[in-house]
Order: sequence, then structure tokens, then C-alpha cells
Amino acid sequence: MHTISFDVAKILAGSLVLTSFLMIYQVRLLALLNMLGIHAFILALAVAWQAHVQGAAELYITAVITLIFKSALIPAALRRIVVRFGLHREIENVASLGLVMLAGVALVALSLEVMLPVTAQADPLTRTDIALALSVVLLGLLMMVTRRNAVSQVAAFLSLENGIDLAAAGAQGMPLVVEISIAFSVLVAFLVIGVFLFRIRERFDTVDMYALDAFRGDRK
Amino acid sequence: MIALIGVLGVPLIASALLAVIADYRLSARLNGVMSFIAFVAATLLFWRRPANGDFLLVDDLNVVFIVLSTFVGFTTSVFSASYIGHELETGRLTPAYLRFYHAMFQVMMFGMNLALISNNIGLMWVAVELATLSTVMMVGIYRTHEALEAAWKYFILGSVGIALALFGTILVYLAARAAIGGGLDGMAWTVLVAHARGFDPALLDIAFVFLLIGYGTKVGLAPMHAWLPDAHAEGPTPISAVLSGLLLNVALYALLRFKILLAACPGGIAPGPLMIALGLVSLLFASVMLYRRRDIKRMFAYSSIEHMGIIVFAFGMAGPLGNFAGLLQMVMHSLTKSAIFFSVGHVAQVKGTQRIAEMGGLTESHPLLGWSLVGGVAAITGLPPFGVFTSEFLVISSTFAREPLLALVLVLGLLLALGALLMRVTTIAFGPVRGPAGPAHASYLPMFAHLALVLTAGVYLPKPLVVWFQHIAVLLG
Repeated sequence: MHTISFDVAKILAGSLVLTSFLMIYQVRLLALLNMLGIHAFILALAVAWQAHVQGAAELYITAVITLIFKSALIPAALRRIVVRFGLHREIENVASLGLVMLAGVALVALSLEVMLPVTAQADPLTRTDIALALSVVLLGLLMMVTRRNAVSQVAAFLSLENGIDLAAAGAQGMPLVVEISIAFSVLVAFLVIGVFLFRIRERFDTVDMYALDAFRGDRK
Repeated sequence: MIALIGVLGVPLIASALLAVIADYRLSARLNGVMSFIAFVAATLLFWRRPANGDFLLVDDLNVVFIVLSTFVGFTTSVFSASYIGHELETGRLTPAYLRFYHAMFQVMMFGMNLALISNNIGLMWVAVELATLSTVMMVGIYRTHEALEAAWKYFILGSVGIALALFGTILVYLAARAAIGGGLDGMAWTVLVAHARGFDPALLDIAFVFLLIGYGTKVGLAPMHAWLPDAHAEGPTPISAVLSGLLLNVALYALLRFKILLAACPGGIAPGPLMIALGLVSLLFASVMLYRRRDIKRMFAYSSIEHMGIIVFAFGMAGPLGNFAGLLQMVMHSLTKSAIFFSVGHVAQVKGTQRIAEMGGLTESHPLLGWSLVGGVAAITGLPPFGVFTSEFLVISSTFAREPLLALVLVLGLLLALGALLMRVTTIAFGPVRGPAGPAHASYLPMFAHLALVLTAGVYLPKPLVVWFQHIAVLLG
């Protein structure tokens, strides 16, 4: 079934995986956050396309929420935190990027290998979405374990979450998708506040956290 | 209907009220009263059950969980009232934070009750997330460096776990869609179980793996347990008590529901071996880790991992006897472990520290507190005549009958844990008095009530309860 709707959905989901890869090798925090914004923007497009294809009006709401919260507000808030704490010059040490990228490729292959056979009876539209969504989830997990900075961990988690949203949008007729998406946004807001408080704490409690040392080194 | 309002509505109203009441004595009392009302409402569910709807479901399985959770919630609120008085005096908490704490406590109770009572896999997921978030906020409430770090760790690991569980939930919906069609029906437990025969087994298998890892993180199974000791050690002790006693059970309940679903679908993988493996790994790992603990709350947190390991193992063995043992073990663990945290909370307040090395001779300086801790530890390590002995004996004997080798591993883990806990508790409770010996402003009633229940269960299990549990054990397959 190779119709235009299928192709567009596949391109959008594929771009999401590609953007995940782009996020993996961003060693500067601001660049990483820009990528996160693009990631969420592509997700919003993918969800909107699903809404159009499935004729499901409530998915448009999910797409709008994604656009506002995930691609605009949350990256902006994180960017502010990064700039305020002077982390924007920092270069994060990600152990052997090449190996991480290879592991990422392996994970994508794995998720296609696992998901495509078992979803053989499903709608082809659902099928690719789910398989690629799993890739995004696994790449997010990979990024979380290779990063040590709290902000990049949050960014990695958000990309993981985008993968789940893609899966939820692809599962046709799944009720509560909008609600679940909102619940996720609340969770994300908490995360951002969590980061904020965490960093504040580090500011006052001068300890061995390397991020804080960098901040002080910049100022004094 | 009244029961449902009591179980779900009362915590919600209470959290709104507690958020605005400034006087801490009043709010602590109100917290207790509201928790008591929720408990009474939950017991009403035994007699009068509302009809199952699209979103809410009351059946034989979840009634046990709901009653247990509201009961421990109530006793914890009583303990919390005396606990926080001391925290205010020492200045570890301010009145503003206390207001937040009480409101969050009720939000957590609401989240847990909703997760237990929901008939919709999506709603259940949202409720578990709500309960998780509220406990995250409370773990970090002391705002010390360690507390924030513990909260952060709990947050990240818990969120990843719960995100994977959501992915699993979506896959379950997809597996069911061919048989049921879309819409709300495709997410309702009652409908899902009835149609499980026609599900796509391959998709359901993968879904279960995600759910096991996702909700298993919240159960505290090794190797996804890393958040648990930190969250228990750095948060307020009433929260440690409900985390161990209730929240772990809620995640376990979700797993059990999905296990029923998988069991009802022919051609799917057997969930048993996966659960047995994770359970045994958790048990052995936690038992060994118990020997190196220096912090009293951290030690009992590892003991919780150990017990969740035993419980998941028992449910993995399944069969009427295995499920019965697992269910009993779960109830006994909840009651005993929260009683232990009640006494540990007061002990840590009296001694002004959580370091085991700075405590000693507790039975001499504070006989009631010391002996109740000794009693609690005796109960949790599975010494007779307490109820944990009965349930652990059942787990072991039912395993010996089917898989003698696994039973040996199980016994090894239990003996290791017994040794570690007894060794530590002797230094804390007996010997020369160490650390401050000031008076304890403790509320003994909650811990005595819990220990009395555990003791009674060990000596005599009432017939109706046995019949009830046997019935659920058959349901669980």
C-alpha cells in the first residue's frame, strides 16, 4: 500500500529518527536544545499528519500542544537555565562518539527487526510508525546513559518521550492520547523545574559538581 | 457509589483543604481524619460494589489492594502527625513546606487509589505517574543536597520506567485492536480479559517485556532498583513507609493485571520465568547488599527490594499455591515494613542521625521503641510466629514441590538477609547505649497495630480471608 499518505508519514517518522541521531552528537548544550526543538517540531508535523490521515480531530489538539509546549516553551526554558548558569560554553564529554553512533545504528536495526515482523497484520501506517517510534525511544535511552549533565539528560528524556507520542499517535483510534500527552507535558514541566531547582541548589551549595565549577570559573 | 466517593473524592478534597490550612496541628489532624474516612469507605467495598464502568472497576483482586493501601495510608497519617511535630521543632521543615507535604500526601493517596481502581490501562498509567510525581516532590522536601539528588535520581529513573510502561501500554492496545476494535473498549480491563483469546500473541509478548521493565522499575526490581534506597533514605520517614508499603504494591498490581492478560492469550510467552528470574536476582542482590549498609533507612530500603523480589518470584511461580503465598507475603510485607519505618523514624529523630554506628542500646534507653524495632525486624526476617514466616514458608514449600533447585537459591537469599538484619539490629537494640538518649515523642499505636496484625496472621489466619485469597489466587492463574 504505497499511497502518498503512507509515504509522508514514513518520511516524517524517519526524520524524527534522523534528528535523534543529530542530537546524539551535539556536544554543546545550546545546539542540543535547538535540535530538541526541531525534534518536537517534526513530531508535531507527524502527529498532525496522522490526524489528517485518520480523520481524528483530537490528534490536532495533541499536535498543537506538542508544538507549543515541547518545541517552543520547554526548549526555551531550558535554554534560559543554560545561559543563566553559564553552561553554554561548556563542551560535554561524550565517550567515543563514533561507538555511540554505531550503537545507535544497531538499536535502530534492532527495533525494526523486532517490530516489523510482529506487526505484520497491522495497518502499514501504524506499522512503520511503531517501529520507528521504538527506535526514537531506544536512541533517547542511549543518549541518557551517555550524558552526565542534568540538562542534556532532560533533553534526552524529552526525545524519548517524543518517540512514545509518535507511537500513541500511530495507534489508530487510541482514546486518551490527548490526555496522556498532556500528562506528559506536565511531567516535563516538573522536570524543567526540577532542573532549575537542582541547579539553584548547586549554586548555593558549592560542592564538587563540575558544572558549577565551570560557572564560577567564568565569572571570577 | 458512596464508597467510590470516599476512596477517590475524599483524598482530592483533603489535598485541596490541606493546601490552604496554615495551622500544622489542625492539618495533621485533618490528614488523619480524611485518611480514616477513605479507609472506612474502602472497607465498604467488601459489601457493596458499584457496577463496573468504562473507567472504574472493583473486583476481588483490587479490593484487597485498596483496603490495604487506605489502611496503611491512615496509620501513616497518624504516625506522620507525631513525626512532623519533631521536624518542625528541629527546624528541618518549615510550616510552608508542611502544608505542601500534607497536600502532596493526599494527592499521592488519590493517585494510588485511582491506579488500583481504574478499569482503563491508560488511566491507570496516568494515576501511577501522578503518585510517582507526588512522591518525588516529597522525597526532595528537605532541600538538602542529598535529598535533591535522591529526588532527581528517583525522578529520572522513575520517568524512564514509566515511559517504557506507556510504550508497553500502547502495544497492548495495538495487540487488542484486531480483536476488539478501537475506542475505550480496547483499553478496559474487563473487555481486554474477555477477548484476550483473539489477541496477537507476538505483539503482546513484546508489550509485556516493556511493561515488566517499566513497572518493574517502580516495583524496585534489580537491576532497575537504583532509585529506591536513595528515595527511602533521604525523604521524610512517613514517605519511606508509604513508598515501601504501598507504592511498590501499586506497580506490582499493574504487573499482575497484565500478567492475567498474557495468561489468557494462548500462544503468548509464559510470564513466569521472566518474573522468577527478576525476583531471584533482586532477592540475592539485595540480601548481599544488606551487609554493607551504614544508614538505617537505606538498610530497610534494601530489605524492601529483597521482599519485592520474593513476592515477584512467588507470582512468577504462579499456580494457586504460589499466588496465594505471593499475595500473603505482599500484605505481610506492607504491614511489617511500614511498622519498621514508623519506629525507625522515631529512632532517627531521637538519635539525631541515621547512621547505624551512632546508635546502640535502644532497648535500654527507649524500651518501647527498641523492642518494637526488634519485633519488626524479627517479623520481616521471617521468624515465627509472625505472618511473614507463614508466607515465606508457603513460598519455599510450594517451590520445593516443583523446582527444588530454585528453592535452594531462595533459601540462601533469605538466610543471607536474616543474618545481615539480625547482626545490625543487635548493635542498634542491645549493648551499651550510644548516641543521645532523650525522650521520644512517639506515637506507638500505628506500629503496634501493624505488628499485632502481622502476629495474628502468623498465629491464625481467619477462614474468610483464606477463602478470599484462594479465590484470587485462582483468578491470577
